[in-house]
Amino acid sequence: MNLTLRIWRQPGPGAKGRMVPYRVTGVSPDMSFLEVLDMLNERLTLEGADPVAFDHDCREGICGACGVVIDGVAHGPQKATTTCQLHMRHFRDGDTVDVEPWRSRAFPVVKDLVVDRGALDRVIQAGGYVSAPTGSAPDAHALPVPKADADAAFEAATCIGCGACVAACPNGSAMLFTAAKVTHLGRLPQGQPERPSRVLDMVAAHDEAGFGGCTNTGECATVCPKGIPLETIGQLNHDYLRASRRPAGSRP
Amino acid sequence: MLFDLGTPIGDTKAPRGPIETRWDRRRFEARLVNPAGRRRLTVIVVGTGLAGASAAATLGEAGYRVRSYCFQDSPRRAHSIAAQGGINAAKNYRNDGDSVHRLFHDTVKGGDFRSRESNVHRLAQVSVEIIDQCVAQGVPFAREYGGLLDNRSFGGAQVSRTFYARGQTGQQLLLGAYQALERQVAAGSVAAFTRHEMLDLVVVDGRARGIVVRDLVTGTVTTDLADAVVLATGGYGNVFFLSTNAKGCNVTATWRAHRRGALFANPCFTQIHPTCIPQSGPHQSKLTLMSESLRNDGRVWVPLRAGDGRAPGDIPEAERDYYLERLYPSFGNLVPRDIASRAAKSVCDEGRGVGATNQHGAAAGLGVYLDFADAIGRLGRSGVAARYGNLFEMYQRITGEDPYEVPMRIYPAVHYTMGGLWVDYDLQSTVPGLFVIGEANFSDHGANRLGASALMQGLADGYFVLPNTISDYLAEGPFPALDPTHPEVAAARAEVTGRVARLLSVDGDRTVDSFHRELGRVMWEHCGMERTDAGLREAVGEIRSLREQFWTRVRVPGGGDGLNQSLERAGRVADFLELAELMCVDALHRTESCGGHFRAESQTPDGEALRDDECFSYVAAWEWTGGAPVLHREPLEFEHVTPSQRSYK
Amino acid sequence: MAVSGVLLVLFLVAHMVGNLKVFVGAASFDHYAHWLRTLGAPLLPGSGYLWIQRTVLTAALVAHVWAATSLALRARAARPVRYAHRRPVRGGYAARTMRWGGVIILLFAVYHVLDLTTGHLNPVGDRAHPYGNVVADFAPQRWYVTLFYTLAVLAVGLHVRHGVFSAVRTLGQRTAAGERRARVAALAVSVGLCAGYLSVPFAVTVGLVG
Repeated sequence: MNLTLRIWRQPGPGAKGRMVPYRVTGVSPDMSFLEVLDMLNERLTLEGADPVAFDHDCREGICGACGVVIDGVAHGPQKATTTCQLHMRHFRDGDTVDVEPWRSRAFPVVKDLVVDRGALDRVIQAGGYVSAPTGSAPDAHALPVPKADADAAFEAATCIGCGACVAACPNGSAMLFTAAKVTHLGRLPQGQPERPSRVLDMVAAHDEAGFGGCTNTGECATVCPKGIPLETIGQLNHDYLRASRRPAGSRP
Repeated sequence: MLFDLGTPIGDTKAPRGPIETRWDRRRFEARLVNPAGRRRLTVIVVGTGLAGASAAATLGEAGYRVRSYCFQDSPRRAHSIAAQGGINAAKNYRNDGDSVHRLFHDTVKGGDFRSRESNVHRLAQVSVEIIDQCVAQGVPFAREYGGLLDNRSFGGAQVSRTFYARGQTGQQLLLGAYQALERQVAAGSVAAFTRHEMLDLVVVDGRARGIVVRDLVTGTVTTDLADAVVLATGGYGNVFFLSTNAKGCNVTATWRAHRRGALFANPCFTQIHPTCIPQSGPHQSKLTLMSESLRNDGRVWVPLRAGDGRAPGDIPEAERDYYLERLYPSFGNLVPRDIASRAAKSVCDEGRGVGATNQHGAAAGLGVYLDFADAIGRLGRSGVAARYGNLFEMYQRITGEDPYEVPMRIYPAVHYTMGGLWVDYDLQSTVPGLFVIGEANFSDHGANRLGASALMQGLADGYFVLPNTISDYLAEGPFPALDPTHPEVAAARAEVTGRVARLLSVDGDRTVDSFHRELGRVMWEHCGMERTDAGLREAVGEIRSLREQFWTRVRVPGGGDGLNQSLERAGRVADFLELAELMCVDALHRTESCGGHFRAESQTPDGEALRDDECFSYVAAWEWTGGAPVLHREPLEFEHVTPSQRSYK
Repeated sequence: MAVSGVLLVLFLVAHMVGNLKVFVGAASFDHYAHWLRTLGAPLLPGSGYLWIQRTVLTAALVAHVWAATSLALRARAARPVRYAHRRPVRGGYAARTMRWGGVIILLFAVYHVLDLTTGHLNPVGDRAHPYGNVVADFAPQRWYVTLFYTLAVLAVGLHVRHGVFSAVRTLGQRTAAGERRARVAALAVSVGLCAGYLSVPFAVTVGLVG
């Protein structure tokens, strides 16, 4: 297959960027999307040009490092699939494909397709945890957890923190990411003591990071590579309203 | 001579006495630091996987000033996240005869008697606490309808001691440790540095006192100084280029520490996992593991006749060779990883491997079938989907083939490295003040790691072992204040900047990846599943010439300021080119077969690995000299588990 | 957004029910309009209830517009560099058109008040006999008014469809089954409102009411 990739090139954080077309030839349908970028980069290197910077690591869809917007869709056309697991058999010979970084004020571009997603770590720092210092735990069977709760918590906990929800959201909101953590910990008995402060503090950190507000368009859930359900946002709203009514208070 | 023989070494910290009491004794005898003292002590932790994140969080909770580093954009990306299967713990919740002693016994035996009894016993003891800790953090382990934790048997173990969270146990455990780490970042006790790569160790007056790091975004090279340094930087499987490791996994941190005086132990002990998706062409950038659990219901076979080009469905039952069932009637498809891997290699060497030649001509015949037709017949399609649905989807996503219709194709791939920096019972390397935890050290798995034990070891080291043993060293501190202008500190930094400049200045005609690929091919061929004296000697020669070429022909585009991913890779590949030689030398000197290390010269009449306890019951710890490495042997003693030859016939 | 939206939707329902009185007859319709003005008497002064309702509605509307504006501004700030290639929102036409749809509805509401409340833009404009105003408004020769009303009501329908679902979600609906119910309910409310509101002008235009 031969393709034209139009890739966002931006030399550095403050620099101006633009879409640059590249012709790639000899693409095998068995290649992953990132392997096409690898191939292009090998060629650019030998031609003396600057290779395209992009984030990636595990290449098996679990680390959350990779992610680009392909033809306007975060992680590309295949549902529930990260960019690294997207294979070229989903494209046709001769296609022109637009490749852009996640676009969000909270995710400034570092270079080309690489963005800084530190804002997501800051949302977790605000309360996305259970305060259980090492060594303080009771026996694991001291507190049974209904299977339904454990399963729902697990489903929300599979979020890989890639940021596709932000990239896809017309409002640039990270509410699905935040809600996934609120739901994961809120569905477990271990997460109850901090449940009210967690949701208030995480939403405050989310807003402070510069993410937009949620208007329930559902775009996030359609691109989420892990299929985090939209209901988690309802759970977050539910917890938020309850916590606001009963101000147990944000932590000092 | 490829190496010199040095003086034997011993683990001076290992306590004596009944094995059950050794960990308690060590904890009691270790010196402590009082809470006020901890605030004056700084510890650098490099790496944020299970071991690094849990150690940084726990040290932060204890009141030390912690500085945590990772090269990824977030601590949560560390490759522990990709572990699928589960985590072992001797909880005996199933009342099936499990105990700390049995887990200890199984792990020593599984490691083919090349690990330390004291360490492994401690690991089994601590395993119980890990599960408690993770549950308290909100790790959503699989549960039964009664609300209690579910367990499964894993990797052929006779007891069900594996805790799991669907096929994403590593992810859930890592997120638990990551969240604990972020809690400490918010509390101000841990300073987290992402997109920072450690490029050297700073040793002053014989003590590890800091690291040289490059900020990958700005390109600035700086030194960070502390009272102790902890490396939790993972394994070196990417020396093979293709492995199940993440693309970023590298040996640089541990290799640089090795060059600064830390001994490197058992580098040739690598684990090759039998159930990975085969390579699809020369473009392949990494290999993907399919959970070992698939072998519970899938049957492995190849055509009876070499060069049989028919589609799997057209090959009648009589012309198929279910070779694992044939060779190992009692274990069948569930033989240990190393045996399954080697068997796959030998049938492919006979020309009976499967996988059509694709348009690139690569990967043909390097695969065996893993067939679920019987399982589908027995359990129904939905029964198979309930057990393996997500794995089948993953397979289909990558290969474009539907495993419900066509048998899966699998092939072995490098998965884990048991070798690593040598550490004593306290997890301290031979450089005082340098501690090494998780996959980066060599300590607990011997020559072969059991399934679901990597997560156990990473978290045991990080949550429970290191935080208790490091205080014995830190009690001597705080050490004299240092600043970046100190001659030894400045020299370390200058060396790193010089090396970066050198990489950029070669400006040759080959890409970094082309060298890495070639190195991987040499290693896979000669230092992979089966090793021979002649092959390893050839490999050493090839590696040396490749290393020479690298420094004259590599092209690293761009500059040292700012993000330069080619430069990052170049530095890592340069270190792999040095490590690779040591791996081959280690493999060459160990003329026995044991665990993941199979020397063709040392096998039983029916082709099984033949250990040589007489000559090789030791840890091979290598010293860097710049020339021929020096071998220091640490003899292994077995008081509680009697070495026996494995047999799966 | 959700709370003010709910108030506005409740008003829309009440308003629609009142409108349907047109089918009962001129007297009944005019009486209803009159009754609204005297509701709460003698406790409240003339048109007292109506002014309370108008105040609440205005407050809800202001809150709704303010919230929408601040959300839109935040969204704009959250993505300073736009995508070169942007796929339309898949959440549906309704979700996609909330903002511009809202502006259109607001403009329509202004026209609608001037037309049928104050009578300034109505061909008859007799405040004592609203029935006549309505009949005159949607006379067959004024088909363009009917058309305009139809488009506006459809815009309201779309807006309400996503709005009701979204409001329920914002107020904490959090299960998959609940989400399905909320989507069905949102569709039912919006179809019901459209049918109710459109029945009047169409009935007048085709002569069923006159």
